[in-house]
Amino acid sequence: MVSPARKADMAPPRPPTPEPPPLYAPRTRVYPRAIAGKWRQIKWATLVLLLGLYYAVPWLRWDRGPGAPSQAILIDLDHRRGWFFDVVIWPQEIYFVTGFLILGAFGLFFASSLFGRVWCGFTCPQTVWTDLFMWVERLIEGDRNERMRLDRQPLSAAKAARKTLKHTAWLAIAAATGGAWVFYFVDAPTTLVKIFRGEASMEVYVFAGLFTATTYVLAGWAREQVCTYMCPWPRFQAAMLDEQSLIVTYQKWRGEKRGKHKAGDSWAGRGDCIDCNLCVAVCPTGIDIRDGQQIECIGCGLCIDACTQTMDKVGRPTGLIRWDTLAAQQAKETGAAAVPWRPVRARTLLYAALLSVVAAVMLVVFALRADTELTVQRDRNPNFVRLSNGDIRNSYAVKVLNKRRTPQHVRLEIDGLPSAQLGFVGADVDGSGATATLSVQPDTVGTFRVFVTVPASAAPAGAKPITFTVRDEASGGRASHDAVFVGPGR
Amino acid sequence: MPTKIEKDTLSGQNTTGHEWDGVKELNTPLPTWWVYTFYACIAFAVVYCALYPSWPWLTGHTQGLLGYSSRAELRQELSAQTKERSAFVDRIRTASLADIRKDPELFNFAMAGGRSAFQTNCMQCHGAGGGGSTGFPNLVDDDWIWGGSIDQIYATIEHGIRNTDDKSRQSMMPRFGADGLLTGAQVAAVTDYVLSLSGKAKATPEGAKIFEEQCVACHKAGGKGDQELGAPSLSDGIWLYGGSRDAIYRSIFYARNGSMPAWSGRLDEATMKMLAVYVHALGGDR
Repeated sequence: MVSPARKADMAPPRPPTPEPPPLYAPRTRVYPRAIAGKWRQIKWATLVLLLGLYYAVPWLRWDRGPGAPSQAILIDLDHRRGWFFDVVIWPQEIYFVTGFLILGAFGLFFASSLFGRVWCGFTCPQTVWTDLFMWVERLIEGDRNERMRLDRQPLSAAKAARKTLKHTAWLAIAAATGGAWVFYFVDAPTTLVKIFRGEASMEVYVFAGLFTATTYVLAGWAREQVCTYMCPWPRFQAAMLDEQSLIVTYQKWRGEKRGKHKAGDSWAGRGDCIDCNLCVAVCPTGIDIRDGQQIECIGCGLCIDACTQTMDKVGRPTGLIRWDTLAAQQAKETGAAAVPWRPVRARTLLYAALLSVVAAVMLVVFALRADTELTVQRDRNPNFVRLSNGDIRNSYAVKVLNKRRTPQHVRLEIDGLPSAQLGFVGADVDGSGATATLSVQPDTVGTFRVFVTVPASAAPAGAKPITFTVRDEASGGRASHDAVFVGPGR
Repeated sequence: MPTKIEKDTLSGQNTTGHEWDGVKELNTPLPTWWVYTFYACIAFAVVYCALYPSWPWLTGHTQGLLGYSSRAELRQELSAQTKERSAFVDRIRTASLADIRKDPELFNFAMAGGRSAFQTNCMQCHGAGGGGSTGFPNLVDDDWIWGGSIDQIYATIEHGIRNTDDKSRQSMMPRFGADGLLTGAQVAAVTDYVLSLSGKAKATPEGAKIFEEQCVACHKAGGKGDQELGAPSLSDGIWLYGGSRDAIYRSIFYARNGSMPAWSGRLDEATMKMLAVYVHALGGDR
């Protein structure tokens, strides 16, 4: 038995371990201060436009006649149709959604290469709703200093009242947001009444609740943390930017050396930055733009407004913090010739070209979109039957899609089997023999059973490719589908 | 066991107070969030046990305050579904088979319902696509033993073939060889004659004579068959029990009297109508 003391003696001396950097950083609360200015106004205008569209669009009505929804934009998951004014999208046309996603991606790349993180700063839903929530917060709890004071105070009736009022207002906005989301998928006016009467479906409540919760949490509580920690876009947008992209910059060559400045003091031998800290106070992500480009910067331009205000006050030229390119920055710093902004360059041209190509492809596909589609599926069990007179018959399930809002009458014919006789099962069939007219109701898929019969002598050994074709009698539009006819043998 | 709780200088935490050969263990408490989640789970379990069926008894189980049972929920869902379909089902029940075929909406409903009923009740013998197999008729071709009109198909489904139902389709082919009505040689001669009807063998006068005496009554002249009697056509090259000489010999020697159950007691009228529409669409009338 070795005593614990002896054991401790035998252990080799431990080298002192350096403290590893912490993996967890506690959140520093950001209390953005209100600021007025050009970019703030643009941000307000964008906010009103985007939120106005978001909340109002489901209420747009569009008369499509009886039997069709009268909502201008409606994604009807139950009936598997997307209604966009006079355009009706069927589930098999989901590639249009893919197209719009690709357009969105290239649009984002294009805008980023020109104007940096303009999407983040002005149009991203996270930014827009956070802005709205901050405005409400400012209305109820006051501006930066008042809010900081309030948060430091111990809980009192007045504090509790203000906080309750704020969260109630936030939740109300969040609920309106979640509700509006649901209205894109169900009829807005009827569902709104149903929601308040407790008659709406479970899906409506679940999704409205889900989007209420996410709006409240993301715009009220998480805010800049979404941009800094959750969003992948800041991480890879660096690949879209280059030294010619317009970004929010602090003109270091002009601002340094910064320091307090009293009215009447000389500006010689010092920079224009008077270290008023207003640019930090207004920043919604709580950073100091004077530290240079940072991943947290969403490029909203509010620090530009702040600095402009200060420069005006101290009588120095504005633009100490301004939209500028990194190349121009560098030139100014080294005293080289001024570098003008070059919006037209290989990167932007490439993105613009890709954007146009995708848009053109989508337009062409949309223009060539057929009102009639045909699918043919051969019965494989049994593969074929021999009839009592020796003829060989195959059966096919034929589906004719009518995307129009009027009935279609299509003539069905087959190619590749000259002696074939057609037989039909289906309530809307007129004719038989070599061809027949199939009637398909508006906005439906007509299902028909088609028998193709050939004399034994003309039956192929094994599979023979044939083509089914339907031609709309009124418009002349046609659709075809390849199939095979199987005979005995082999 | 002696316990001496010490404070660990490095981590600032207490030890458990036990020591094993000089090894001491830090007493790291469970994270608070974990503990409260655990308590919440216990509270949830208690509430759940009170509200829902949970504890087994000797003869049953606790019912729970909500009176929930998954069986009742299923029953409710099924009845809701039945109610939803009842509008169509009622129309199917009252409409004639011909009218169902004329109405696109009813026809599509009947085809879907018929397919589903077919997959449940009929495919075991007739095959998933209605292609049949030896002894079980192919429903896709145009050779109908008891008639291929939609009404005849409905009657066959309703009452079946050669069973105990009062209105079952009945007929009986004699066991010509096994019961001694014909000798083996005579059966062979008739076999050749039957094969000759579809051009597969040369007939002998003896075979023709026996066919005339024994078979024509049901299978009619030239083996055209008689759907009233369920006597299949022997001239169309379609064979229910195989078309080889041996198979036909055995059919005559031992006779074939296949049966089909009556479905009237098992399926409701609407389902049988939908089945008739579906089977008729497979290959009826043509």
